[in-house]
Amino acid sequence: MNRFAELLDRLAYEPGRNNKLRLITGYFREVGDPDRGYALAALTGALSFKHAKPALIRDLIAARTDPVLFGLSYDYVGDLSETVALMWPKAALAAHNNPPPPSLTEVVTTLRTLGKTELPKQLERWLDELDETGRWALLKLVTGALRIGISARLAKTAAAALGDKDPHEVELIWPGLSPPYLDLFAWLEGRAEKPVNRDPAPFRPVMLAHAIEDTDFAALDPADYIAEWKWDGIRVQAVAGRDDRGHITARLYSRTGEDITGSFPDLVPSLHLPGAIDGELLILREGRVQSFNVLQQRLNRKVVSPKLIKEFPIHLRAYDLLGDDENDLRELPFAERRERLERFVGKLDDPRIDLSPTVPFTSWDALTAARADPASAGAGEDADAVEGVMLKRRDAPYLPGRPKGQWWKWKRDPHIIDAVLMYAQRGHGKRSSYYSDYTFGVWTERDGGDELVPVGKAYFGFTDEELLQIDRFVRRNTTEKFGPVRHVVHEGDKGLVLEVAFEGLQRSPRHKSGVAMRFPRISRLRWDKPPREADRLETLEKMLKAEAAEIDV
Amino acid sequence: MTRRCGDATYIAGMRPQDILLPTAAGLCCKPGGFHIDPVRPVERAVITHGHSDHARAGHGAVLATQETLDMMRLRYGENFAGSTQAIRYGEEIRLGDVRVRFHPAGHVLGSAQVAVTCQDTCIVASGDYKDAADPTCARFELVPCDVFITEATFGLPVFRHGDAADEVKKLLASVALFPERAHLVGAYSLGKAQRVIALLRQAGYDAPVYLHGAMETITHYYQSRGIALGELRPVKGVKKSALAGTITLAPPSATSDLWTRRFPDPVTAFASGWMRVRARARQRGVELPLVISDHADWDGLTSTIGATGAGEIWVTHGQEDALVHWCQSKGLKARPLDLVGYGDEEESETPIPDEAEA
Repeated sequence: MNRFAELLDRLAYEPGRNNKLRLITGYFREVGDPDRGYALAALTGALSFKHAKPALIRDLIAARTDPVLFGLSYDYVGDLSETVALMWPKAALAAHNNPPPPSLTEVVTTLRTLGKTELPKQLERWLDELDETGRWALLKLVTGALRIGISARLAKTAAAALGDKDPHEVELIWPGLSPPYLDLFAWLEGRAEKPVNRDPAPFRPVMLAHAIEDTDFAALDPADYIAEWKWDGIRVQAVAGRDDRGHITARLYSRTGEDITGSFPDLVPSLHLPGAIDGELLILREGRVQSFNVLQQRLNRKVVSPKLIKEFPIHLRAYDLLGDDENDLRELPFAERRERLERFVGKLDDPRIDLSPTVPFTSWDALTAARADPASAGAGEDADAVEGVMLKRRDAPYLPGRPKGQWWKWKRDPHIIDAVLMYAQRGHGKRSSYYSDYTFGVWTERDGGDELVPVGKAYFGFTDEELLQIDRFVRRNTTEKFGPVRHVVHEGDKGLVLEVAFEGLQRSPRHKSGVAMRFPRISRLRWDKPPREADRLETLEKMLKAEAAEIDV
Repeated sequence: MTRRCGDATYIAGMRPQDILLPTAAGLCCKPGGFHIDPVRPVERAVITHGHSDHARAGHGAVLATQETLDMMRLRYGENFAGSTQAIRYGEEIRLGDVRVRFHPAGHVLGSAQVAVTCQDTCIVASGDYKDAADPTCARFELVPCDVFITEATFGLPVFRHGDAADEVKKLLASVALFPERAHLVGAYSLGKAQRVIALLRQAGYDAPVYLHGAMETITHYYQSRGIALGELRPVKGVKKSALAGTITLAPPSATSDLWTRRFPDPVTAFASGWMRVRARARQRGVELPLVISDHADWDGLTSTIGATGAGEIWVTHGQEDALVHWCQSKGLKARPLDLVGYGDEEESETPIPDEAEA
C-alpha cells in the first residue's frame, strides 16, 4: 500500500502526460502481481466496494485527538483525508510486535467483503500500520475520492507500455478482463498468449480525423471523397452481440473505450441487432437535433431519472458500421461500409437510430458553400447542430487512431471576440516559468461607467513565439501580484487585446459575467487594438439568446 | 537609531518577565542590558543564528558563535556591527547581572540556544531549533530550564517531518527515472541547501552538485568549516544539454522563474517542512515536494518542551495557538510571545537581489 501511495502522491504533482506514463509504467515494472493489478483497477475506476463516509473518518480521528488541535489542523490543511492522514497518532504498540503495513491487495480484497460494522476497526488498524502518504492514499481510496488527474485511458496506455504494445490492443481486450489482471500482465511481459476478449459486445478502437487546412485541398480530388455533416454531440460506439446463450448484450462506449451504457439506458433496447455502429449521440426533440448545451445537461449525472430521460430523449446518428453480426467490416472500403450501414439501419428500423446523411458535392467550391450554409444544403432545421463537415476517402478502411489522409474534419468557423487580458497565471510543468494561463474580459456598464468583466480563461492557441511575447508583456505590466497570479494592466488605453475563438456559449451563474465559453483559445494577439475598442458583454448576451431559445423548448 | 535596555532596577524574587521581555526591538534582557535577535538596531545584541530574520546588521556590539558572526560578515560586509565577540557552545559569560551560556540548537551551522540565568531563574531562548540529526551542524542539546522559549513554525500536529534520508531517496529515485531531465531543488541558501547536499552524499550520490549563484558563498563557507560536501559546480555557463540528469540547488524563489529556462525539462523540487501539506506544494507549482525541515516538527516541539522540565513556555513565531493549547492541556503555563518581524524567513517571496538572475 505504501508503494502505491507513493505513486499516487507523485502523480498528483506531475503535470506532464508522458511523465505520468513513465511513473505508472515504472510502478508496474517494479511491483509484482497481484498488487499492480489492483493498482491498475484503482486507476481505471474498476474497483468496487462500498465507500466509507467522511463522518466515519471524523469519528475515528475524534477518538484519538484533541478536538481543538484537530480543528486548527483541518482549518490549515483544508482536506479531511489529508488532515487525518498527517495527524493520525499511532496507537502505542509493542515495538517488536508491529505488523507490516497492509498491501494494496489486502486492502482491496478486505474492503470487498468487510461488513459495515467491522469497517471502523479495520480502518483504524490500517491507519496505525501505514505511513503518512499511505494513510492519505488509503483514505482517498476508501472514501472513493481518488482524484489525481489520471484517466482510465492513461493507465491502460501505461500498462501497454510495459510490453511495448499498442494501447489499442489493451483497449480491445479490456472489457473481458477483471482485476487483478494476471492474464494481462502475463501477456505484456511475454509470459503468456494474449487474453481473448470473450465480451459479446467489445469496444473497437476509434478512427479519428485530421483538421483540414486550406492548403490541403489542392492535393485532394473531390471524387475520392464522401462528405457528411459533423454533428455537435458525443462520438460513441454502439455495440450489440450475442452471448453464449444467444441473448443480445448491448453496450455504449465513449471514443476512448469507456463503457457509458449506464448513462443512456434508454438507448439500449434500440440496439437489438448484433453489430457495431460508429455514430454521434444527440438529443432529439420532435425530430429536431438540439444543441450541445442541451445534451450537456444529460451528461455526468449520477442518477438517470425517468424525468431526465423524458426531457432529454437520446438519439444515435450513425456514421459507420464496423461489424455486422459476426462479420468484421473494418477492412472494407468506407463506400462499401456505408452501403452496409444504410441496410443495417434500415433493418433496425428504430426511431432512436438514424443515418447521418451525406452531403452531395462535386467541387470544393460546392462543399465550401454547403459548409457555410448547412441549412440549405440538406441539414435543414438541424443546421445549428452542425459543427462542420467530415470528408472520408471512399476507399479508406477503418483504421484505429488518426491515420494520415483518410478522414478530414472541416469545422465551421468558430465564434470570435476581442477581449482584454486581465489576469495571468503561471503554467505548470514546462510552462512553470511562463505566465501562460490568461483570464480575459469584455466591457460592460456598471455604476454609470464602463468596466471589464472576466468572461473566460484560455491557456492555448498561441504559438511559442507569442507565448514569449505575452509573458514579457505580463511581467512588464503587472499592477499587483497574488501568489502565482498577476493582475495585468487593463484600462481603456493601456493593456493587451486578445482575439479569442470559442465554440459556444452557455449561461453560467458561477461566472460573474453570467456566461461561460466552450473551448476558448487565443487565436490572435491584437497589439494594434486599444483595449477600449474590445468587445462588450452585450455582444455575448445576444449570442446567448439565440442558443437559449433552443434550451427552453 | 540605537535602543538600550533600561538599567537593572530589580528586586529579589524576580518574575521571568523581569529577566526577558518582548519589546518592539526584540526580546529584551533588562538586567543583562542586551536584546536577543533584535529586529531593530540596538546597543548590544545576542544573536542565535545567521538567518536574516534573526541576524540583522547595524547593532553596536554583537555576541554570537564564530560561525554566526562569519555568516553575518559574508552577508552584510565587514562593518555589520560596531564590535563583535565570539562565544563557544558551553561557554558562559557574564553580562550585567545575568549569566549567558550558548548551547547547540541543531538548526543550522553555528545556531545556538541562549540560556539566560539570573539569580536562580534560568530562561532558554531556543531561537530556531530542530531535534533531528543534521550532518552539517552540531546536534541539538537539551537544556533544563525554568522557562523555555520555543518557536512554533511547525506548531500543528499535521507537521511530522519523518526521516530526511527517505526524502533524499525520493529525489534520487526521480533522477534515476528521468535521466534526461534536470532536477532543480529549491532550498533556503543558508543551512537547508548544505544539508540537502550532505544528505545526498550520505546516500551515496557522488556526481557533482550544481549551485545557483546565490548559493555559492555560504556553501563554500560551510566547506571551509570542514563540512564535506563533495564536488560542487556553479551552474552558470553550463550548457543546457549538459544539465540532463543533474541536481541543482537554488533559492526557492528562483525555481519558478525565468532562470529555470536554462534547464532541460526541469523537475521542480522544494525541500521544506511546508511540503508536508499538499495545497502548499501545489500553490508553489512544486512537482517533487521534499519534506526536509530545519525546524522541529510537532513531535519534536512537544517532546522537547516536555523534556526541558520548564514549568512555563513562551511560544513564538508560527502556529502559537495550537502549541499553547497543547502546553496548557499538559498543565504547563504557556503564552504566545508576540514578536513582530519574525518567522517570515522560509516564506519569503522577495528574492535577495543577487538571487534574481545569478
